[in-house]
This record gives sequence, C-alpha cells and structure tokens, in this order.
Amino acid sequence: MTLSITVALLTAGAVYLFTKREMLRIILGFVLIGHAGNLILFAAGGTDRRTEAFHPSDDPSAMVDPLPQAFVLTAIVIAFAITVFMLVLAVTGDKSDDTADKVEKLDVAAESYSDGVRHQPRRNTTGQGQP
Amino acid sequence: MTPTTIGALLPLFSGLPLLVGGLLVTTGQRLRLHAIVNICTMLVMLVSAFGLVYHFWSNDGGAIAHQVGPWPPGVAIPFAADMFTALMLSVTLLLTVVSIWFAQASRAANSRYFAPLILILTAGVNGALLTADLFNLFVFLEVMLLPSYGLYVLSANRKLPLRRVHGARLYVTMNLFTSTLYMIGVGFLYGTAGTVNIGVLADQAQDDPTVAIAGAVSIFALSIKASVVPIHGWLARAYPGTSPAITALFSGLHTKVAIYAIYRIYAVVYGGDTRFLWIGVLFFSLTMLIGVFGAVGEKTTRTILAFHMVSQIGYILLGVALFTELGLTAGIFYLLHHMIVKASLFMSTGAVEVRYGTGVIGALGGISRTEPIIAVAFMIAALSLAGIPPFSGFAAKFMLIVGAVESGQIAAVITMLFVSLITLLSMLKIWTGMFWEKGSGGPATKSGTLITSHTRDPYAHEASYTPELATEATRAQVSTLTSTQTIIEADESTVPARRINFSLAAPSVVLALITICLGLGAQFLLALTGIAAEGLYDTTQYVQAVLSP
Repeated sequence: MTLSITVALLTAGAVYLFTKREMLRIILGFVLIGHAGNLILFAAGGTDRRTEAFHPSDDPSAMVDPLPQAFVLTAIVIAFAITVFMLVLAVTGDKSDDTADKVEKLDVAAESYSDGVRHQPRRNTTGQGQP
Repeated sequence: MTPTTIGALLPLFSGLPLLVGGLLVTTGQRLRLHAIVNICTMLVMLVSAFGLVYHFWSNDGGAIAHQVGPWPPGVAIPFAADMFTALMLSVTLLLTVVSIWFAQASRAANSRYFAPLILILTAGVNGALLTADLFNLFVFLEVMLLPSYGLYVLSANRKLPLRRVHGARLYVTMNLFTSTLYMIGVGFLYGTAGTVNIGVLADQAQDDPTVAIAGAVSIFALSIKASVVPIHGWLARAYPGTSPAITALFSGLHTKVAIYAIYRIYAVVYGGDTRFLWIGVLFFSLTMLIGVFGAVGEKTTRTILAFHMVSQIGYILLGVALFTELGLTAGIFYLLHHMIVKASLFMSTGAVEVRYGTGVIGALGGISRTEPIIAVAFMIAALSLAGIPPFSGFAAKFMLIVGAVESGQIAAVITMLFVSLITLLSMLKIWTGMFWEKGSGGPATKSGTLITSHTRDPYAHEASYTPELATEATRAQVSTLTSTQTIIEADESTVPARRINFSLAAPSVVLALITICLGLGAQFLLALTGIAAEGLYDTTQYVQAVLSP
C-alpha cells in the first residue's frame, strides 16, 4: 500500500513537471518517474508477502526476491547516465529551445503593445545564473 | 558447425563490437585505423549473420539458443536466434556497413569517437535482436540508445547548432520516457508472471489477463519507439536534426528493433492471440494514413521521408496484426525491404544535401542533369517505396494485400492502396522539387548550379549573414538571393559540374540495386521470410531452444 501510494505521488509529480516548458524541470520529472518505475520493480518482487533477506526462518519463499533488486540497480545506473547527459544538453543548448524562441517573440510583442505585458527575463532550460 | 557451437558464439554478436569499440577508444585520433577496423568488424559479423541465415535455410527453420553462464535454463539470460533474428541481423549489419561508408564519404565521421560509438550501437542492436529475456532487452535497448545520443550530437551539422540540440533534447527525452515505460511494463510482467524469460512467458498472456495487460504496457512502450500513431510526432522532428548519414543509420536500426520486439513478444508471449488483433489493425491502419498525410505539409526531404517512415511502419506492423502465416511472411518481407529502401532514399537525398547544402524542396532544381546517378538511385528507391513493380516494394505490398484480403480486413486493404497512391505523389514532390528541372528551360538549372558555387563559400556574399541563426529555410532563401545577384555575372555557357563523387553516391546506388534484386528475386527472399514467419506462427521450436540447457 505504501509503495503504491508513493508510486502514485511520484508519477503525479513527474507528470506535473513534464507539463512545464523548461528542460531542467522536465529532467527533474524524469528523475521522479524513474523512481516510480524502480519502486514498481520492487513491488513486482512481492514486497507484500516477503520479508528482509537472511530472515531467521531460512525459508527462501519468505525472503526478499533479489532479482527485482538487480533490475532496479541496472535501471538506476542507466537512468543516472541519461540524466547526466540530459543535464549537459540543458546547459549546452542554452538558446536552442522552441520555448526560448517563443518567449523572445513575446517580448517583441510586449514592446509594441501597451497592455502591460511585462518584459520577462529568460528563464529557460539551463539554470545558468540561477542559484 | 553444430547448433551448440553456433549457440555459444551468439553472444559474440554483441560482445565483439563492444570489445573492439572499447579498444578503439584507447587508440586516440587515428581515424583511418578506426575506419578500417570498424568496417572489418562489421563485415565479419555480416558474414556470420549470412552464415546464420544459411544455417536456418538449410535446416528449414529451427532455433538455436545459448544459456549465458551456463546457468540452468530459466535462471540464465538466454541468447536465442531463429530465421527472423538471422534475417534482421543480416540487414541491420548490412545497413550499418553502408551507413559507415556514407558517413565516411560525407565527412560525418571525422571524430575519434565515431567508430567506437557505432560499434557499441551495433552491440546494442545485435543484443536486442538476440536476447530472449525481456529485461535484458531493456538493457540492450539502452546500450543501443546511449551511443545514439552521442552520435546524434557528434555528427550533427556544425553549421546548424540551433537545431541539433533541440532535436537531441526531443530525441533523448522521448526515448528515456519510452524506456522507463517499457521498464515499468517489464516490472508488471515480473509481478504477474514471475519471470521475464520469453521462453517461460510463452503463451501466458493468452491464459492470464493480468499478464496480457502487463505485456500491453511493454508493447505500448515499444510502439512509441516504433513511432506508431498516436505517438509518432517525435520521429519526424528528431530524425532530421542530425547529419544525413546518422539519419539514414537510425532509420534502419532504431524503429526496426522495436518492431522486431513487438513481433517477437506478440508471437511468443501472446501466442498470436486473435482477441487483440483488431486493436493492431485499427492503429496500424491509422499509422499508415496519418503518417502519409503528415508528409504532405513538409518542406524538406528528410522530414517528408521521416513521415513516410511512420506510414510504412503501419504497413510493417499490419503483418503482425493479421497474424496469419501469409500476413507474417509479408510483414517480415516488408520490414526487410523497407529498411533497405528507406536507407537508400535517405542516402540519395542526403548526398544531395551534403553537397548542395540544403534539403529544402524547391530550393534546388535540375539535380537530375548534374547528378544522373543519384537521381536514378532516388527514383528506383522512391518507386519501390510506393510499390511499383518490378522493385521489392511491389512484392512486399502485394503479399501484404493478399494476406489482408485472406483475413478479411478489407478496410485495411483499401487504406493500403490509398496510402500507396499518396506515397507516390509525395515521392514525385521530392523528385520535381529537387531532381527535375524547375520551370521552363535554363534559369532553373542555372540557379541550381549557382547555389552550388554559393555553398562552396557560403558566406562570402553576405557579410551580415550569421551562421548561428541559420535554419535551412533561411539558408535556402539566402541561396536564392545570392544566386539572383550573381546570375548576371554567371557565364551563360557554364556546364554544371558533378559534385557528388563516386564514394558518396555508392551507398544509395548499392541499396537501390539490392531493392531491384529483391524485387526480381522476390521468390528467394519470400522463401526465407516464410521460414521466419513459420517460426513466429508456431513458436514451439523457439521456446524449446530457449528452455533447453
């Protein structure tokens, strides 16, 4: 039960972050959904009917299933590598996003219209210049 | 060789390129050495793959498996091959060899990391084709994708820094999301069936609805990777963002591995369950239609071709959605034909793009006069894609239509015929916009030539022109501008010079020749794909091989 609620919360957070336009938030969304996936793999090992490893009863069917843990380990390594690569993309591609272009066009529009659209500092993707 | 020996050698399809790739990284900036070792390794594996095809052909089917370890079956991670695997291995390796050639000729390979990345990519592709374990498939898909990200950025057109990171971001996020989804599907499969070994999972989805749902999550993830409608839009945006050589390579490998996995999982885990086939027929017919309509509004050759790829993927997967022996035969035939033809198209238009600096429809004209060889290669592949005899596309489409009629899927047949027509129109659009002469008489040819001379020194005429801001469209505009400026200076009697040399033209020509051979000798390939389809239709031999020590 705890696992499924956690998975649901993580997925909800990930979906929320995916709807944001900045690359950095999308990456954070991937971190969350990656964890959700890992917890699903854990749950697939039957966490509801098994206990910790080296259980005193010595009954293999009551011990934790090691295979999903190996899966999760593999998945973590892969997800970590790709997350780092995506962070690099987020930094190197400072000006190369659709979202950034549209913000710029909005700024141009803001100058010609006087309906109080404030000039927005570019808050795209990179995290450069942000704490 | 005995099946046991062959089985023991199967993991080398993945191990050898990994080892060679790793060693090549240590040799540093020796590009010629890299190229030679790279091609040689690929050729060795290509010959072995042909040997594997010959083995299954002479034995009339069958399957070989190896328990890596050798742990007992069910515990070990098995590598398994049958005719389908062998055919896929052969064609993917063939395409890799040709793509490496094209990348060398188009100077997309001038990095010390190019050869190692290609080798590791091949290791992933071969592993994904050979593995009989669904979690291991996830791992090999990642082994395939990680070097792809590198290649995507590495070999992107340096004049267009804007597009390359944007495309790479889309490509990476899309693939990471799909991989995560696939991993979740595998987790559900393990939770419901208690195993991820394809052999043990055999037919379980037929008996147990929860396993079927878990498998559906995995197949859904794979269908995104194969760019099936409704989640197909990423392909046409991501693939053209890199260099033509890499687009051609990816078109042959990535989506096709996902298609292979869908075929395999549906055949073995679902046992070809007829209850779910209508879903496939519906979505794959939609894929054909929407893909081909997507191409209508596109303005560059590679985006048009990418949308056609979406459309053709609908055709290929219709084979598994029919799940008759004839349908599967046709589907596999279509898959092999499509990989070759699509790569040929990407390489012929890519060669033009590399030498003339643009792939925008209408920006060039009269290429067929200056580059007759490329034009002929393009025309052959385009007609083959549309399904005109005597090329391989005709045999593939004809078989698939017969298979669909046999299964009573008349709506799918009408869709296929209709989409073929639009495909042909779209190919003619590229032909008239790029290869045929524009307008009446001379000026078109001249503007073509002038763009040529312009791209030789792209920014000489325009001092204010900044390459950082260039998109292909603006570049084309600039090109036409400068060509009208310089048209006065141009000598009237200038003979257009051929700019695409032999080595750059060879890949597309070779693949175009193969499509002719496959069209004329369709009977032979049909015999092979027939054996492959039998192996999918009746999976007992494959499952036995996977489960035997």
